[in-house]
Amino acid sequence: MSIDIDTARRVAHLARIAVREEDLPALAGELSGILTFMEQLNEVDVTGVEPMTSVTPMRLKRRADVVTDGNIQAQILANAPDAREGFFAVPKVVE
Amino acid sequence: MTDLNRLSISEARDALRKGETTAKALTEACLTAIEGAGALNAFVHHTPEIARAQAAAADQRIAQGDAPAMCGIPLGIKDLFCTKGVPSQAASRILEGFRPEYESTVTTQLFEAGAVMLGKLSMDEFAMGSSNETACYGPVISPWRRQGDSAALTPGGSSGGSAAAVAADLCLGATGTDTGGSIRQPAAFTGIVGIKPTYGRVSRWGVIAFASSLDQAGPMTKTVRDAAIMLGAMSGHDPKDSTSADLPVPDFEAALTGDIRGKVIGIPREYRMEGMPAEIEALWTRGTEMLKDAGAQIRDISLPHTKYALPAYYVVAPAEASSNLARYDGVRYGHRASLAQGDGITQMYEKTRAEGFGKEVQRRIMIGTYVLSAGFYDAYYNRARKVRALIKRDFETVFAEGVDAILTPATPSSAFGIGEMASADPVEMYLNDVFTVTVNLAGLPGIAVPVGLDAKGLPMGLQLIGRPWEEGALLNHAYVLQRAAGFVSKPQKWW
Repeated sequence: MSIDIDTARRVAHLARIAVREEDLPALAGELSGILTFMEQLNEVDVTGVEPMTSVTPMRLKRRADVVTDGNIQAQILANAPDAREGFFAVPKVVE
Repeated sequence: MTDLNRLSISEARDALRKGETTAKALTEACLTAIEGAGALNAFVHHTPEIARAQAAAADQRIAQGDAPAMCGIPLGIKDLFCTKGVPSQAASRILEGFRPEYESTVTTQLFEAGAVMLGKLSMDEFAMGSSNETACYGPVISPWRRQGDSAALTPGGSSGGSAAAVAADLCLGATGTDTGGSIRQPAAFTGIVGIKPTYGRVSRWGVIAFASSLDQAGPMTKTVRDAAIMLGAMSGHDPKDSTSADLPVPDFEAALTGDIRGKVIGIPREYRMEGMPAEIEALWTRGTEMLKDAGAQIRDISLPHTKYALPAYYVVAPAEASSNLARYDGVRYGHRASLAQGDGITQMYEKTRAEGFGKEVQRRIMIGTYVLSAGFYDAYYNRARKVRALIKRDFETVFAEGVDAILTPATPSSAFGIGEMASADPVEMYLNDVFTVTVNLAGLPGIAVPVGLDAKGLPMGLQLIGRPWEEGALLNHAYVLQRAAGFVSKPQKWW
């Protein structure tokens, strides 16, 4: 499977990574190379094999449905690039 | 005592308990060694104040006579572990300035055991790499050099800062993490010991996530005994990590009996790769002989899906990474790009992530995005998860047939030079993980042990793979191998 420039542009957008138009051909080439390498997997007969969900056969534990944490607004916001009046601040979202 | 930084953890522990040295003296020796080792670029955030305070507290505990084994032991901590109030940025620009408000479970446990943190160690960005060249701090330089050659070599990756720091005696041990070989490959490149425990043995809470179903933390140390001691302190059930195993932690050091008589060692024929250097092949044969001489039974085994481990890994790991790294959006922590007039939130995400992530991280996020996208999910991601199940089944089959441990090379070569792989395509770099990645896919414990030097004077290691949850037995096999190999070489100080 080879990735064309349009697909590379689409993947970059899905991943929310800005890629300059002039860098797209090289990116498409690299991604194609990696995907070609992955295509070896098509040689394997996987009929009747369940996809692995957990490498150790264990049941996920349930914890008690109680509040364990909270009231740490200042700590939550301490690392924010832009926090105002107790909130994370972001550029305008709604047009 | 001179050169306290050169002690192993067990030697330092014994000396501390006998009152022959102090945590303060050990810590000062390491801080001095670190100061003189700027050329290695291993420590990237220094925490001497924390180290001195922890050492003083440790000395008090030791004086009271009730100190655990790690009490007073100076360590380096990989930059992937969140440490409260101390930069923890996974060697990425996107986490520049991030100071966690919390402490990872592993470092919490180590500190509760009295260990001393000297600082944070460099690594490949987000643990994606095999040469430490993707770190935002610039590459780590290995303390090792080829004989008669001053070219800078890689310590391996991603835990390259940890490997270089331990090999150069800047600390007594270091934490590492291993998603596809990131503890074992750098350990092999630098002549030290590194163990990746069974998936679930060590809590992942507070360890910056790369690929959650593969990531495990473990110790990187000078000896197998040290690995046993430090792993004990790092292990244990943690309710904050839902994949952490609720199993008792055995006394790993007590498992080091040196007796492996009658144990069955599997030699997997699929690991005899085409184009493998003769020196690696010879090393593997020598290691096999050593275990045989110790009374183990050697058995040829087959792990038929080995060939597909690397491609399966490079689907599963980027898929999980693309999901895990979606959190770096410039809103809650770390870097945010400066925006142009009229830029909206999408431009903020896209510019922030383009500036913050390095090339390899971007590549893996996009590969992961692609294999998870509609129309390709089954063809790539689900198929890789099925192949992963088959790889695990290969191991289960040989263990069920009585194999106790598996011996393989740790890496396909000794350390390469900084920049030597620069023109290689990404897949060539991925081949570094060819012997280690199966172990992560199957969730098994694996350990790299230094066994010899190649003709250029560089360390070469072998890997032992154990049964799940049997790290004690695995460490004992490694202990026998280490004793038989008698590897004592250290890099000649040039820095």
